Amino acid sequence: MARTLINAPRTARKGDVMEIRTLIAHPMETGYRAGADGRTLPRDIIRRFACRYNNELVFSADLYPAISANPYLAFQVVADASGTLTFTWEGDNGFAQTESATITVS
Amino acid sequence: MNHHDLPPPSRRIVLAAAVAIGLPVLWRPAQAMSDVLTGVLNTFTGGAPTREGKVHFDIAPLVENGNTVPVTVTVESPMSADNHVQALAIFNEKNPQREVVACKLTPRMGKANVSTRIRLATSQQLVAVAKMSDGSCWTHTVDVVVTLAACIE
Amino acid sequence: MIASRAALALIAALLAWAGAAGAQDPAKPRRSGFDTMSPRIQAMQRDDLQNPGMLWVADGEVLWNKIFGISFSCAHCHGDAKQSMRGVAARYPDWDPVEQRPVDLSQRINLCRTRHQLVMPLPPESVELLDLEAYVANQSRGMPIAPSSARELEAPRERGRALYTQRIGQLNLSCALCHDQRPGHVLAGATIPEGHINGYPTYRLEWQGLGSLQRRLRNCLSGVRAEPPPFNSTEMVELELYLAQRSAGMTIETPAVRP
Repeated sequence: MARTLINAPRTARKGDVMEIRTLIAHPMETGYRAGADGRTLPRDIIRRFACRYNNELVFSADLYPAISANPYLAFQVVADASGTLTFTWEGDNGFAQTESATITVS
Repeated sequence: MNHHDLPPPSRRIVLAAAVAIGLPVLWRPAQAMSDVLTGVLNTFTGGAPTREGKVHFDIAPLVENGNTVPVTVTVESPMSADNHVQALAIFNEKNPQREVVACKLTPRMGKANVSTRIRLATSQQLVAVAKMSDGSCWTHTVDVVVTLAACIE
Repeated sequence: MIASRAALALIAALLAWAGAAGAQDPAKPRRSGFDTMSPRIQAMQRDDLQNPGMLWVADGEVLWNKIFGISFSCAHCHGDAKQSMRGVAARYPDWDPVEQRPVDLSQRINLCRTRHQLVMPLPPESVELLDLEAYVANQSRGMPIAPSSARELEAPRERGRALYTQRIGQLNLSCALCHDQRPGHVLAGATIPEGHINGYPTYRLEWQGLGSLQRRLRNCLSGVRAEPPPFNSTEMVELELYLAQRSAGMTIETPAVRP
């Protein structure tokens, strides 16, 4: 389980545009670098990020080796109903992680 | 000589004047896109015509370290059900691979504004492209100078 | 006689001036490496959600509370780190009376492990050791560096200062030549910083990871084509000791972000 830091408001008024910020620990090995022995290190990256709001996809991103290590993604989501925001990261070597945050919308 | 090796004459004059006066170069005129980027853009847009505008690619013109470059792409759009950004992508010119990131957006975002951090292998041109729900495609092309860190392992 | 005495006095004055030029002018305000960074990278450091170093700090908090083997956690003795560790990193490297030598914070953490927790020390530059060091040092963020005044540290610190001002490596440069005499100048596209140690362990963009001061110093030594001494060698710790004195009073920024 990689360390994640997520900033999502716990409460919001209906219609507010919330800023969601996510950070996950991951080396994002590009597959283009040579190791100490001169051989190319195999690619090991997070390939996809998705944010779901009450199970409906709101935002997703396909990441490539050009995304820096410890990927940071920030985006906006409209607060329209109380419920759960789910964040999923998937990648090479079976990497899969899900985090969630609850939101109360008044 | 490739036409994209040097900035076009108007941009060079502006930059030279700015440097001569000692002004920070704040105005970054729309840049003619290199062939490399034009090609990969066509694949993303499915051949649809693209126009400069609506997209604002916020990235430092001079970068201290190409390993971690903060970027923000903002698109002017109401993000309503019938008028929103459907997809957003960033492409580069000189990394080993052209793609940087490709995002799917929905009206539930309220604002088309995405930030991340990217890697740049060297000084090069980048383009951010937005595909709208009405099928139109908009771009913003930027040039970035990348310097190397001092004293590495 | 008078002429030659005057000549000697002049030579002495010139030497003193040349020597003083090698030292940092105490009257000039010192600049943290933070000040020479671009606004976007500064923003990356300031915002705990954007600062990648905070990932290590978060892991360090978990390790602080973890029970190792059949032993006990750091929290068992030290309780809440936010209280007990406040100000601790600010005085390291410090004198260890049992080992009879100066130790830096990571060495002190390992001494706690071997002496009190009765577990193996963590290898230098290992992720867990960096997690703990970052977590502990983060508790002193915002406080000034306040080196320990233990008398036993005077001689090792002076040896550290001698190493700092000594020309070394194939490029025959001393630390002082760049970082005391030429900060702000540009070397191969990078601005020379004053080289303060107020942000360690630091997330270096070049490493795309968090690393210790010793790792950074090894990079400097490679930069002048000198052979870096091993991790935790006497010279490295004495150099760290001098650098802490040199940065005394500067605000701790751990975990800092640097190019």
